[in-house]
Order: sequence, then structure tokens, then C-alpha cells
Amino acid sequence: MKKQLFALLFALLPFSAFGAAAEDVPYSMTPDLNDQASLQRGMQLYTNYCMGCHSLEHQRFARAAEDFGMPQDLVEEHLIFSSDLAYNDQMHIAMNRDDAANWFGAAAPDLTLQTRVRSADWVYSYLLTFYRDPSRPNGVNNEVFDMVAMPNVLEPLQGVQEKVCAETDRPGEGAELDPLTGKYQSCDVLQVTRPGSMEPDEFEEAVYDLTNFLAYVGEPSKLQAQVLGPKVLLFIFIFGVLAYLLKREYWRDIH
Amino acid sequence: MADNGVNKGRRRLLLGATTVVGAVGAVGVAVPFVASWQPSARARAAGAPVTADVSKLETGQRMTVEWRGRPVWIVRRTDDMIERTENFDPDRLADPDSNEPQQPQYVTGPLRSIRPDISVLIGICTHLGCSPLYRPEPDDVDMAAWPGGYFCPCHGSYFDLAGRVFRNVPAPTNLEVPPYRFESDDVIVVGEDEESA
Amino acid sequence: MGNPNKVKAESGFMRWVDDRFPATQMWQDHLSKYYAPRNFNFWYFFGSLAMLVLVNQILTGIWLTMSYNPSAEGAFASVEYIMRDVEWGWLIRYLHSTGATAFFVVIYLHMFRGLLYGSYKAPRELVWIFGMAIYLALMAEAFMGYLLPWGQMSYWGAQVIISLFSAIPVIGPDLTQWIRGDFLISGITLNRFFALHVVALPIVILALVVLHIIALHEVGSNNPDGIDIKAKKDETGKPLDGIPFHPYYTVKDIFGVAVFLFVFMAVVFYFPEGGGYFLEAPNFQPANPMVTPDHIAPVWYFTPFYAILRAITFNLFGLDAKFLGVVFMGGAIAVLFVLPWLDRSPVRSMRYKGWMSKSMLVIFAISFVILGILGALPATPLRTAVAQLCTALYFAFFLLMPFYTRMEKTKPVPERVTG
Repeated sequence: MKKQLFALLFALLPFSAFGAAAEDVPYSMTPDLNDQASLQRGMQLYTNYCMGCHSLEHQRFARAAEDFGMPQDLVEEHLIFSSDLAYNDQMHIAMNRDDAANWFGAAAPDLTLQTRVRSADWVYSYLLTFYRDPSRPNGVNNEVFDMVAMPNVLEPLQGVQEKVCAETDRPGEGAELDPLTGKYQSCDVLQVTRPGSMEPDEFEEAVYDLTNFLAYVGEPSKLQAQVLGPKVLLFIFIFGVLAYLLKREYWRDIH
Repeated sequence: MADNGVNKGRRRLLLGATTVVGAVGAVGVAVPFVASWQPSARARAAGAPVTADVSKLETGQRMTVEWRGRPVWIVRRTDDMIERTENFDPDRLADPDSNEPQQPQYVTGPLRSIRPDISVLIGICTHLGCSPLYRPEPDDVDMAAWPGGYFCPCHGSYFDLAGRVFRNVPAPTNLEVPPYRFESDDVIVVGEDEESA
Repeated sequence: MGNPNKVKAESGFMRWVDDRFPATQMWQDHLSKYYAPRNFNFWYFFGSLAMLVLVNQILTGIWLTMSYNPSAEGAFASVEYIMRDVEWGWLIRYLHSTGATAFFVVIYLHMFRGLLYGSYKAPRELVWIFGMAIYLALMAEAFMGYLLPWGQMSYWGAQVIISLFSAIPVIGPDLTQWIRGDFLISGITLNRFFALHVVALPIVILALVVLHIIALHEVGSNNPDGIDIKAKKDETGKPLDGIPFHPYYTVKDIFGVAVFLFVFMAVVFYFPEGGGYFLEAPNFQPANPMVTPDHIAPVWYFTPFYAILRAITFNLFGLDAKFLGVVFMGGAIAVLFVLPWLDRSPVRSMRYKGWMSKSMLVIFAISFVILGILGALPATPLRTAVAQLCTALYFAFFLLMPFYTRMEKTKPVPERVTG
């Protein structure tokens, strides 16, 4: 038995010995696909602030509405702005990709699978860490995406964030540890210097909702897997117990 | 390996239980594979209800809209057409009272429509799927007392203006009436039932 | 016409069939009177599990082709279409993608069992060679299948692997162009890989599996003691240490199937990406011939060989490193084919081999795992040095085998199976 366990461990070793090389980002979030209110708010933020440029080519309004428990007429009224789009359509943008490339230099990428390409943590950190940088064409830069081409579209909500010298809990490049307070002294601390329409806490929640929505969009079937998974595993377990008893019964002949 | 000490009953019980649970599992495995042949979300989106504006449809004329890849005929019937259809000899029709479920429940009577003047039919012959021709006037077809209706050129089936099938033709049932509703006097939504409005 | 010695049912429907088709005979030959050693252990589950995974791959694969679009324009979107719009499509696709990983897990354990108990030794050389051919076909199958989602990793992984052929002297560049059917990997390449992945290679694999099993049932199964059970028979001609495969190993394997399915389905439902090792993150971006992802690594089951490829950074005997890398990678697989003739030990099972064989097997297994880990990581000088060491150990296991298996002192093999 011991040998068998060892063999199993041995078989699994390659998977657990090294984790995925995720990008190092300052903030993390855990998506909650069962929080329908959060997903609804996130979708609303998305259609209002992001969908001008970023499509969700593979996500249908109707699917999101069903999964978030939203009635069709409300979705049509509050979330579908283009007359070209119907309830059953995917969340396309009105802008032609070639036009967009002409106007902005590059077409804004489709974000359907963004959380799977980059991770939800990355998207969350990205949206939180825009800061004022007059040297950039848009006047902003980003902590996790240096030289970003996108303006901070959430600025009306967040306000203007700047890098200031302050105390922080987070160690960073060039941060000095103050041994008395256990905090770090750094000149790379992001602080809102001109408030937006939301308090910082409120804004963080809004970004959570938006990221949560995008995490859902990356893999809507996760909801189905969550429902089906335990049932299937329980069934296989019961089958396994029966199969084991049957095996033991037959093998009485042999020993 | 002899039978000594073998509990036959227990063995049979376990074998039966494992077989039954295994069979249930096999059916469970089949479910996703069978169900995945259902229309996909894309197909359902393409098959979503369509709206038709009948404000420009003149009396006696027919317009065709496409719903789920099939032609749907919308005819604005004249008073004369209504009268011919209502007074037509029911003995010459196979199912004059529309007993076969070829229409939604809210579509009743000899005219088989929500409003007498507007007829909505799926333009596919119930015989083998050809699309019949529109023959609305009495002299359009060489037949005694033709009430106006549809003639299928493929195998010679006749239907009246309500889509009711004649006796002694290959088509077995009346033309299908799709679910539809009036969004306003002039706008019809094909593919959506009345009560869901 | 039939052979009069064939076993036939007494009467009824089966008799009618047996007069026309050897159904009862085959049932007895391969199941109810196929005598397998009674001491199979944990390692003997993986053959039947490989069959299960094969069936899973074929079934889910057929269903995936129903909605997949093999074109450069439509492939990526059609995978998302399967994942979202097709009813249950997500489950069928994850069963297939996780199934690929499961296939290699099971096959690697199955092969390791062969190494452990000498299942490749006479008279089972052909069983082993057919098995190796299955493994080779499976690698081609997996590689071509990985191009089909047409993501960034699909594209660049295929780019790297196809470029390996360009290392072949003289014909290399023309050969790669011929494989691609274009000047770059394009929809043309995708279409031919699709045809090979869904039609040609599955036929080859199925045929090889049949050969593998026919060869096995001709010579009989090996066992952890490496004893020939046919040497000791009772008066009716049944091997004393053999038991009929059915019902004893069918019920045992069904239990193994349940355990396997539990783990497998847990991965399908909760970790289908396998932490980025089964479905790699860059593959959620459509293929873009203009931009290479930051870090290209093959899927985990190829990483040991990929590490060997990268470990060859030096020229040797006037051959350049690029070509040598390909030679070593190919050699790492080719050497497995001749394994039956490298092992000169008088005993089959590791249980009775000497300390040298035992140590070499442990060293080999550890090297293989380390190579697998290194192949998934970006190369650094230190890692390359480790990979070179492990590559040397990998080959030492095989190339020194004729010597250490002959030199070492073996333990006496018992007459009857133990345990």
C-alpha cells in the first residue's frame, strides 16, 4: 500500500512541483460567479465604460442575462445601446476594427478571454493602477502595463491618481523599511489627488465587480461545472464503492 | 477456485447493483452527447422571432418573411376572400375544424388566424416540404368552386386561404400556423406567442 | 469452412452466430479463458485505463468535429463556439483536452511498469515495439491536435516543432515547407493537420492497439515477478498461477476505472486548465504570426524531450548544435524501441535484478521528471547544465544497460508467483 501511495505521488509530482508562472501583480481578487448582483453591476460598468472600444465577441447578452438572473426587457433597456444589437447577439462593438486601427494606431483587443490570457488578478490590478504621467500621450501610465496606450476611462469614477511619497504596507522597488512602524517609505505610492465620483473603497468594489464580470465572461461554463461537478463525483464515488465490494467478493475465490 | 465459501447471493446482489449503477452512469454519459445535438445558442439566435411590418401590405396581397429558415406568408385577406373561406364546403376539406395541432391554441375558427383579415402561415407543404403557390382568386385554379388558396406544384396538394388542406390530396394536414402576435396594429412578431407579450 | 476445433455454443442464437463468426471462441481467447497471472498489482491498471481514455478521445473527438471549423479564419472562434454556444460543448471539449493529458499520464505509467518488471523482454519484444509505435503515433496525434484551437501557443508550438525538421542537412528547409504547405504555418497547414488528427492517425492508433493486444494475448501477460506462468500448469492445462481475465480482472479493472474517473472528472470540472499546463494561457489568444508569446513551452507531456533538444548547445563531430539537438531528441525516443535487446539480464523483474539496475532505473526516472520540469521553464545557463546532466543520465540508463545488466548479481527467481 505504501508503495502504491508513493507511486501515485510520484506520478503527480510534475504537476505540483512548479506552479504556473503567473505575472507578478500588486493586487489580487477571487472571482465569485455566484454573486449575481456583483456580476450585474460589472456588466453595467462594462457596457458603459469599456464597450465603446472593447468587444466581447463570444459573449451573448442573453447568456449573461440568464446567468445573472436579469429579465430580457431590462437588459434591452439598460445594457444594449446599439440599435444593431439584439438580445441574442454577442457583445460586438459598433466600431469597425480597421477604422479603430486607423484612429488609435491599434484596434482595442477583444476582452472575452482576457482573464484567461492574463489572469483576473492582472485585470484587477491593471484597472486600479492607472496614474498621472504627463510624459505619456494620454497623460496616464499604468503600474502593471507600462507605456499603456489606453486612457484611464474610469477616471471620472476614480479621480486622478498620482505617484506620491508616502508610507505603504507593500514592499516595492526603492522602498525603505521603517523598522519602528514596520511600514515602507516609498515614492511610488499611488494616491488619489483629485477625487472622482466614488470614494476609493467604492471604486475598488466597482473594479472588483467589473473584473468579476470579465472572469465570468472568460468561462461561463464554470457555473455549469460547479453545479454538475459534485453530483458526478458523488456518483462515481458510489460506483467505485460498489465496484470495490464486487471485486473483493470475486477475489475471495483466489486467496 | 471451487465454490466453497462463496456467498452466491451476495455476489449476485453486488453484481446487480454494480450493473445497474453502471448502466445509469452510461445513460448519464450519453446525455451530453445526445443533448449537444440540440440547436446551439447560435442557431437559436438565428431562429429568434422576426418582426414584420404589414402597414404597406395591400388587401389581397401576400408578403413573405423568413423565420427559422422557412418562408412565412402574411396575407391581408379581402372581405370577399374571408367570405369564400368561411363559407367553403367543409366536406371537401380533410380537417376543416383544425383538429390536428397545426396551429397555436389561440388561433381558432375556419380562418385560422388571430385577426380575420391577416393570415399568417408557414409556406411549406405538409406533404414533402415544397413551397406551394399563391392562387387567391376563383379562376386561378381549374377547379369547380375554387375558394382561393394555395396549390403545391410538386405533388398537387390544394389548400384554401386559411391553409386548410383539401380531401384526396397527398398532403396529410393543414399548413402550419407559426406562433405570432401583434405588437401593434401593423407590426407582427413571428415566433413569439401571444401570452408572452 | 470453419475450423472444427473452434469452440462453439451448444445451440440457440449464439450457435447460429458461432457457425458464421468465432464470437464464443474470441470471448474465451481474450477474456473468459485468457489466463492472466494472479499477482497483478497497482501498475497493471494502466493498460485498461489507456483503452478507456482512447475511447473517450475518439468519442469526444467525433463530437468536437461536428462543431469545429478547420480554417485559419474560423478555428479559434469555433472553439469558443463549442465552449459557449453548443449545448454541453464545454464538457465535451474539456473531456477531450483533459483526456489528452490523462492519456499521457496513463501511458507513461504503463511504460514505466514495463521497465519495472521487464515486460519488454523475450518473448514480448513485439508487444513492446507495437506499444512504442502507439506512443509515437500518440505524440504525433497530440502535437497535431494542439494546433487545431489555433491559439498563440498552438501556432508557435507548431512553428518550433516543424522547424526541427529544418535541422536535417540538405533537405531540411524544403522539407519544412512541404510539411507546412506554405511559407509559414497557415490555414493550409491547419487543414492537413486536421485531416491527420481526426482521420489518419486515429486509424493508425486503433490498428496498433489491436496488434499490441493480439501480440500480448499470444504470449500472455507478464507479472511483477517476471515469471512465466505457463511453465506450471495443472492437469487440465490451466496455468497454476493464472486466473481467467474475466471475471477477475474485469471486476478489478472496473474498480480501477472508477478511481481513475474520480480524479479525471475532478480535473475536468475544477482544473481543466491544469494550472496552465494542460491549456496554456497564451492559447486563449488567436494565432498571430507577427507576435511570439514571451515564453514558449510545449504541453507537459513533451517537455522531457524538449529539454533534451535544448540541452544540446554544443557542436560535436562537425555537426552543429541545432541538428544534434534533433538527433538527441529523436534518439531519446528511438532508443526505447531497441530496449528489448539492450537488457541482457537473466531475470525480467526489477524485484530480482541487482542494485545496479535498480539504481539506474531510479536515476532514469528522476532524470526524466527533471527534464520534464526543465522543458516547461525558460532556459537559463544553470538549467541548461542540469538538463545536459539529465540527458546524459537518460542515455546512460539505456546505453550502459547491456553492461550493468550482465555484470550485476541477480537474486534467484521463485518458481511460483509471490503476493
